[in-house]
Amino acid sequence: MADEKSNAEAYWKANLRLIAGCMVVWAAVSYGCAILLRPLLAGIPIGGTDLGFWFAQQGSILTFIALIFFYAWKMNQLDKKFGLEE
Amino acid sequence: MSQFAINVLFVGASFALYIGIAIWAKAGSTKDFYVAGGGVHPITNGMAIGADWMSAASFISMAGLIAAGGYANSTFLMGWTGGYVLLAMLLAPYLRKFGKFTVPEFIGDRFYSKQARLVAVICLIVASVTYVIGQMAGAGVAFSRFLEVDATTGLIIAAVVVFFYAVLGGMKGITYTQVAQYIVLIIAYTIPAVFISLELTDNPLPPLGLFSEHSESGVPLLTKLNEVVTALGFNEYTADVDNKLNMVLFTLSLMIGTAGLPHVIIRFFTVPKVADARWSAGWALVFIGLLYLTAPAVASMARLNLATTIYPEMAGQVENVEEAATNPILYENRPEWIRTWEETGLITFEDKNDDGRIQFYNDSADFEDRGWEGNELSVNNDILVLANPEIANLPGWVIGLIAAGGLAAALSTAAGLLLAISSAISHDLIKGSINPNITEKGELLAARISMSIAIVVATYLGANPPGFAAQVVALAFGIAAASLFPALMMGIFSKRVNNKGAVAGMLSGLIFTLVYIFIYKGWFFIPGTNNLPDTPENWVLGISPLSIGAIGALVNFGVAFLVSNATEEPPQEIQDLVESVRYPKGAGSAVDH
Repeated sequence: MADEKSNAEAYWKANLRLIAGCMVVWAAVSYGCAILLRPLLAGIPIGGTDLGFWFAQQGSILTFIALIFFYAWKMNQLDKKFGLEE
Repeated sequence: MSQFAINVLFVGASFALYIGIAIWAKAGSTKDFYVAGGGVHPITNGMAIGADWMSAASFISMAGLIAAGGYANSTFLMGWTGGYVLLAMLLAPYLRKFGKFTVPEFIGDRFYSKQARLVAVICLIVASVTYVIGQMAGAGVAFSRFLEVDATTGLIIAAVVVFFYAVLGGMKGITYTQVAQYIVLIIAYTIPAVFISLELTDNPLPPLGLFSEHSESGVPLLTKLNEVVTALGFNEYTADVDNKLNMVLFTLSLMIGTAGLPHVIIRFFTVPKVADARWSAGWALVFIGLLYLTAPAVASMARLNLATTIYPEMAGQVENVEEAATNPILYENRPEWIRTWEETGLITFEDKNDDGRIQFYNDSADFEDRGWEGNELSVNNDILVLANPEIANLPGWVIGLIAAGGLAAALSTAAGLLLAISSAISHDLIKGSINPNITEKGELLAARISMSIAIVVATYLGANPPGFAAQVVALAFGIAAASLFPALMMGIFSKRVNNKGAVAGMLSGLIFTLVYIFIYKGWFFIPGTNNLPDTPENWVLGISPLSIGAIGALVNFGVAFLVSNATEEPPQEIQDLVESVRYPKGAGSAVDH
């Protein structure tokens, strides 16, 4: 019982760490590159405009898709590792 | 075949398909009705979420908004997709594990409180009803433009079709019609975009075309566009914004609002497993992304096309852009598509300086030296996507496809919203508090009756839109962001938040947000009752009423934690419930003793 409990706790902690990591990337591409850091990225030209504009209109969406698949894939591994998959 | 006949053929064929699916997928139990039996494949569900989510606003309005606002309106692109990251990681898998039928049911059980469930039901109904009015109105516009019936008749036809598959099939019928509707809408959206991208940039993929060279002038498309719009007195298309705080908060409000919208969340209840809920979110964003990556390309290309239609000399390589911008076309030489859209009143022309030419420019810019006395052409943002095939001279069947696509986008979202509303009434209100002993059959009947009533109400409001219909973004996303999202998230990630904290948090987030919106937009959106003018100078710290949902969510979190920590811990069985939703396997350590 105690083992099962600590196993479940470790699983939840690992999940929280993974979420935190993904959220940092989520915020960095949208709020960071696309909005707040755009002036800093202004020197990097892309197709007639700058990198920040690309992140705002394409880059962040592409990153979001990759993030969700990465998270789903990692969580499947965690589910198996901790024996908690359905 | 006339254009009208082609449109009728396309729309009629798509409606026949939806009705066929409805007959095939009739719901036999409440489980079928609320969650499609719970056996939907994640990719199928992803596609259904795509159609559920992409409304008339995404299909018809978004590209127009981006075309008008340029970089500043990228908020819609990021906000309406970034919410799926939150759904995938913070809500969907755990709510799927909880395994019940509605969003208020989770809130009621987790916070062991009928009041909490009731507050959630009210928030759900207000957000969803506001949203559904927009869909019905969008369907009305599409009907009146393409099928030459008046908007009310069009609305009633649309309502009958929705009635058929949503009331009969419930979530089961809705799921499979949404898949069909996704396919219709994505084809309709991308085909004209591909042609336009080829025409302007020689690149068949619109998202790449956006950053390619403009073939006629040899400079990058966006450089060309900036040049053209600034010559007409507008801001540069790619110009940065000054008010970054507001842009961040608006994007954040749209993201957490998206994640908190019940009609999207309940779609995740239809998959067999927790892991499938995560995959569904990924697939959903792939399918949504196809449209959302095309939209900004459509936006900039349509804006450029519009300007160079009026000022043909600006299209190619121009030595002096300013000079090219002084020579618009004669009104009598306007292209056919401007004439068609003038009939709907969505394009209007007024020859202010009586020279017979169309002066189209930023009205607040001063071009008196050119002999211009004000902008003469006003173009409603909403027509850009619908008029795209005509602007690009595409064949008639593409126009028919656009008509079917616009209707698919409006109807699929309307059906999802109607299901969320009816399940909140039959499951949360009737079974949850008024008559808990209702039989399965009785509940199914109640669900169908409440769905029918919701359709009648939505159709009526769609035909006679109240003043607040246009405020759907502020209202629906504000409510979802400030009340539902934080409550759901705290219910999963905190064991400490109790019934009192949750109710206090939801109410304060909601009231805070509504008051801020009402101060600028009018109390209950009644014109003239606003306390302060809705302009940036009057906003607190430059935060617009559209962006306040994010702050409302913070208020909700803050109040819920304070109140919870000042009152008693939730009972053991609730803490066990929280434990159990965190682990995909049925027997989490804490539930099994």
